[in-house]
Amino acid sequence: MAVDRTTVAHIAKLARIRIDAEQQDALTADLNNILSWIEQLSELDTEGVAPMTSVVEMRLPQRPDAVTDGNCRDKILRNAPETMHGFFVVPKVVE
Amino acid sequence: MSLIRGRTGEWEVVIGLEVHAQVIADSKLFSGAATAFGAEPNTQVSLVDAAMPGMLPVLNARSVEQAVRTGLGLNARINLTSVFERKNYFYPDLPQGYQISQYLQPIVGEGEITLDLPDGSVKTVGIERLHLEQDAGKSLHDQHPNCTYIDLNRSGVTLMEIVSKPDMRSGDEAAAYLTKLRAILRYLGTSTGNMEEGSMRCDINLSVRRPGAALGTRTETKNVNSIRFVKQAIEYEAKRQIAVLEDGGTIEQETRLFDPGKGVTRAMRTKEEAHDYRYFPDPDLLPLVLDSEWVEELRRALPELPDARKARFIADYGLSAYDAGVLVAERETADYFEAVVRGGAGRDAKRAANWIMGEVFAALNRDGIDLAAAPVDAARLGGLLDLIADGTISGRIAKDVFDAMWDSGKDAATIVEEKGLKQISDEGAIAAIVARVVADNPTQAEQFRAGNEKVLGWFVGQVMKATRGQANPGVVNRLLREKLS
Repeated sequence: MAVDRTTVAHIAKLARIRIDAEQQDALTADLNNILSWIEQLSELDTEGVAPMTSVVEMRLPQRPDAVTDGNCRDKILRNAPETMHGFFVVPKVVE
Repeated sequence: MSLIRGRTGEWEVVIGLEVHAQVIADSKLFSGAATAFGAEPNTQVSLVDAAMPGMLPVLNARSVEQAVRTGLGLNARINLTSVFERKNYFYPDLPQGYQISQYLQPIVGEGEITLDLPDGSVKTVGIERLHLEQDAGKSLHDQHPNCTYIDLNRSGVTLMEIVSKPDMRSGDEAAAYLTKLRAILRYLGTSTGNMEEGSMRCDINLSVRRPGAALGTRTETKNVNSIRFVKQAIEYEAKRQIAVLEDGGTIEQETRLFDPGKGVTRAMRTKEEAHDYRYFPDPDLLPLVLDSEWVEELRRALPELPDARKARFIADYGLSAYDAGVLVAERETADYFEAVVRGGAGRDAKRAANWIMGEVFAALNRDGIDLAAAPVDAARLGGLLDLIADGTISGRIAKDVFDAMWDSGKDAATIVEEKGLKQISDEGAIAAIVARVVADNPTQAEQFRAGNEKVLGWFVGQVMKATRGQANPGVVNRLLREKLS
């Protein structure tokens, strides 16, 4: 698997990362190096082997349905660049 | 099959619905913040819901149970292993930058819903899947001229996304599907299905084709929030697509929005980057593994659902399929009906059904209230029916008594006592009035004797008028015939 400049630009856009044209070539090369290194894994035959999801044998923990959190608006809003009437305020986004 | 006639021939509409239903649970899917409707902005938000760095999701056991119970109620396959994945996109009301959802391995697989259509026929619609996911926060665009306000109270609330197969062919079928799905959710107690509060939202996938042809290109109309709007959106969108195709155009696969004010759908201005969500398993969450015995326990504990209840109403109470269908459509109505019928010995189920579907529904409509708030509860309605059954009041008087009960909240016997509405069944008293009415109207009496049967009805009316409607109509009829013959 290899990626080209267009794919790199697309991924950057999806991730909301701005990259200059000259950076694109370098990033394309870097990403392709990483991908080909990772591709060594496919040399192993994993037919019939279930994906390993954890290094410890455990189940996904569940908690009882109880209200134990929240009601901390000041903490939630403390790092927001702008707030008003208890809301976060962001530039207008409207469809 | 319902087809739409276009300029160039007939078209078939193919509809699939994606319903997002908020799961009834006190806390969120992955945090312990509250889920109650209508709280002050950002007061029901934990650091997890605000996506603060280092916060980890912990799964709510009740959300899982509700999803499984819903799956069982939809006769669906329960997947004992399912996987939470991240659906990546950016929006101001999604602080994580991704929604935790399920993609390749949802918790519930294929099932089905039986629809009761307006013409009395039934139709089965397939369920493709049901999965658990987080809701996003809420954006308020109208509070400030150039800013958007964000409230994260809804962020992280548990949603079930229920996806149908493209089995529906008209707006009526889509409406019947939503009505039935909502009834099942309410019977199960897994969602309120309240579309006004946004607890249930619907996306419409729609395409058109020539009957029997391959599927056409579909559009998705997002976030339609009432059953009436779903019907409107479907009618508009089907006509729009047919018009485009008949003019030689092609349908673009796109996301559209419904404008309830104008009754039209329109393409979203910003084209999403081809829905490139880059799903991948959430590394913070292990696969969800369920015990089959636990699933079976939930199955055994399921309440009676609308279809089973309808069948029982027909079999046990002798109701028509139509009446039974109306009564079971809402769990509260069915409960009310059974409370009336079972509340006293020998109560006539058919009469109870007629009163609920007639007088009670009309009064609820008029006052715009729910059955839970009705001033005439099941015990009181039962008391009224008993007075009709034992001949204390006539059916006609009973309607006045019902209105008085509704207005005053008193029981039937009290109203009848206070207003002196007791039916007169005493033959001597009625005979005297009959004799007087006949004597006062010799012309009409002669007409009857000459064979004009219709005059009898007029005489009955006169006697009822003289007794303020309290005479037993059966006795009046009999005595009048005796007197006039």
